[in-house]
Amino acid sequence: MTEIFDILKGKPEDSDYKKKGVIVQGITGAYGSLHARNMMDYGTNVVAGVTPGKGGQKFDGKVPIYNTVKEAVDATGAKISIVYVPAKFFLGAAKDALEAGIKLLVAIPEHVPVRDTLEIIEMAKQKDAIIIGPNTPGIMIPDLIKVGIMPPTPFTEGKIAVLSKSGTLLYEISDALTQAGFGQSITIGVGGDPVNGTRMIDAFDMVKDIPDLEGMVVVGEIGGDSEEILAQRIIDSGFKKPIVAYIAGRAAPKEKRMGHAGAIVMGTYGSAESKVSMFNKANIPVAKRPAEVPVLLAGKMEKSV
Amino acid sequence: MRLLEFQAKELFREYGINLLPSKASTTIEQGRIHAKELGYPFVIKIQVPVGGRGKAGGIQKCQNDDEFELKYPQVLALTIKGEKARAILLEKMADIKKELYLSIFLNRSKRCYTIIASSEGGVEIESVKNQIIKEIGMGDVKEEIAREVAKEMGLDGKTANDFVDTLKKLSKLTIEKEAELVEINPLAIMQDDSLMALDGKFVTDDNSNFRHPEMDKYQEKSEIEERAEKSGFSLVELDGDIAVVGNGAGLVMSTLDMLSDNGGKPACFLDVGGGATTESVYEALTLISQMKKIKGILVNLYGGIVKTTVVAEAFLKAYENGIIDLPVFSRLKGTESEKAKEMLKDSRTKIFDSVEEAINAAVMGIKN
Repeated sequence: MTEIFDILKGKPEDSDYKKKGVIVQGITGAYGSLHARNMMDYGTNVVAGVTPGKGGQKFDGKVPIYNTVKEAVDATGAKISIVYVPAKFFLGAAKDALEAGIKLLVAIPEHVPVRDTLEIIEMAKQKDAIIIGPNTPGIMIPDLIKVGIMPPTPFTEGKIAVLSKSGTLLYEISDALTQAGFGQSITIGVGGDPVNGTRMIDAFDMVKDIPDLEGMVVVGEIGGDSEEILAQRIIDSGFKKPIVAYIAGRAAPKEKRMGHAGAIVMGTYGSAESKVSMFNKANIPVAKRPAEVPVLLAGKMEKSV
Repeated sequence: MRLLEFQAKELFREYGINLLPSKASTTIEQGRIHAKELGYPFVIKIQVPVGGRGKAGGIQKCQNDDEFELKYPQVLALTIKGEKARAILLEKMADIKKELYLSIFLNRSKRCYTIIASSEGGVEIESVKNQIIKEIGMGDVKEEIAREVAKEMGLDGKTANDFVDTLKKLSKLTIEKEAELVEINPLAIMQDDSLMALDGKFVTDDNSNFRHPEMDKYQEKSEIEERAEKSGFSLVELDGDIAVVGNGAGLVMSTLDMLSDNGGKPACFLDVGGGATTESVYEALTLISQMKKIKGILVNLYGGIVKTTVVAEAFLKAYENGIIDLPVFSRLKGTESEKAKEMLKDSRTKIFDSVEEAINAAVMGIKN
């Protein structure tokens, strides 16, 4: 078992095996409260909320609210936190969490300044913590735990790992996988920002040694070179299980930011062609449409049998 | 956002980076005054937020009044990579010995700032040879690092001192303004061995704008873009005739790709954000109605938990209020799609089960 599974699922001997506690920062906000409820409905064990100034209250009459993450951690022992605060307040909220000993921080907000992200990444390195995001839909082990904003319907338990920069494409492609009979062992939203707490290669390293993993789907998009670096890592690591990729943004004009802060092609840097050609070099087929992903994956699986 | 050259140079000047005398204008009347103040010879430079100006004829030498009267209007009238001139910069001609390259950029994969420098500048970064690359953490360049780079570039004496000074100022500018990229190309060695920034490129991290009200004056947005931003949408205007709307940047990009693969021409990229509601879709349709050249709207929404009937209501309301009179080709993923189809059966909105079907219908529908 890899570290990420230890955090999200735990070991059979843990008293909280398969029900690891999650803290929700910004639980009283409109967005935070909606998704806190959705996570609980999904079965995630939300043990505490944090909203400065609202400590002592209870969310929906049951989840205790604290003023700081430290208090929430002291009371619950939780190692996972999800942040729903507005981008401007992300830096403070994330520092609060890391200082309190959080080991997995899921950073939902979009529009976090890059400098703040860099600062948090540096701090996470020192504290040996994992940051997912910012600008991510979150992370989930389908049918067990959801730490994020994804709708439940596209996902089902299984043996394919899905790594994605985009949220809605993660849903779209997981839905297509589920329809085709490919459940997911874990899905990781890397995020749409130029700088990610967990990069594509980090996400790959997190999941590549899952013992019963049967394949992987990588959902990339234009901008940066994380897909190229991932392809090189896959070649170097000798990873043999089937991988299929999808890259969004082939038709996007250069030097225009396509919705995501990170989705921008500068010259040839970040272009879809560059990513597709590196995946080809790594012998990874790249789907032209989301619906094609399970078809290519099935093809790869047949060959590898 | 990418600043124009003269805006980048305003920041350079503020931080004490050496520049030639220059003046920006938007009319030939202003330009004539600047020409007198500067004196010939000077260079006429188009101000557009894209590269490749020189090749496109956007940079012209100018020796006298006759040339000025001829060339100023020509350069002002140019369109480069779809971008019209925002201004004209007149800049004194330089007598230079050599061109260097220098930039500090946010290195996405290394997750830190990085210097690129070269003693062979003046060409596009992809063609810059002998690049010296140094990772510098959060962007602060110390004296010894700057000295090291100067030495690796083979600079000495006054030029080396000037280079160290320039690099430190550039790093201060990068950090304080939270830039994604600041580039001086070329950074010229003058006859007296001093250094001069002949061009300037500056890309901001728009997410940090709230900390930089002093940069607001450089913001350039169309009315439609401004309205989109207010609604929390991302909008990129394109050249085609089919507006593309969806939720989530990745999904909208993907829809754009599939539409283009099928011979359709996207008129815009409009991401209404992760969720979709009656209000957000209605506002998106209102925005699109104000764009020109649009013949149809392609909508691709992955709702997950969104009821498609809620979105169908937005379409009905938009027709009812006369906001749009265009055909809409829509793929709505979510619950109650049969009911949504029924609601829309007498309208110009068609709902499809797959995005592929919606795209085919849109491409065919627009042609006819």
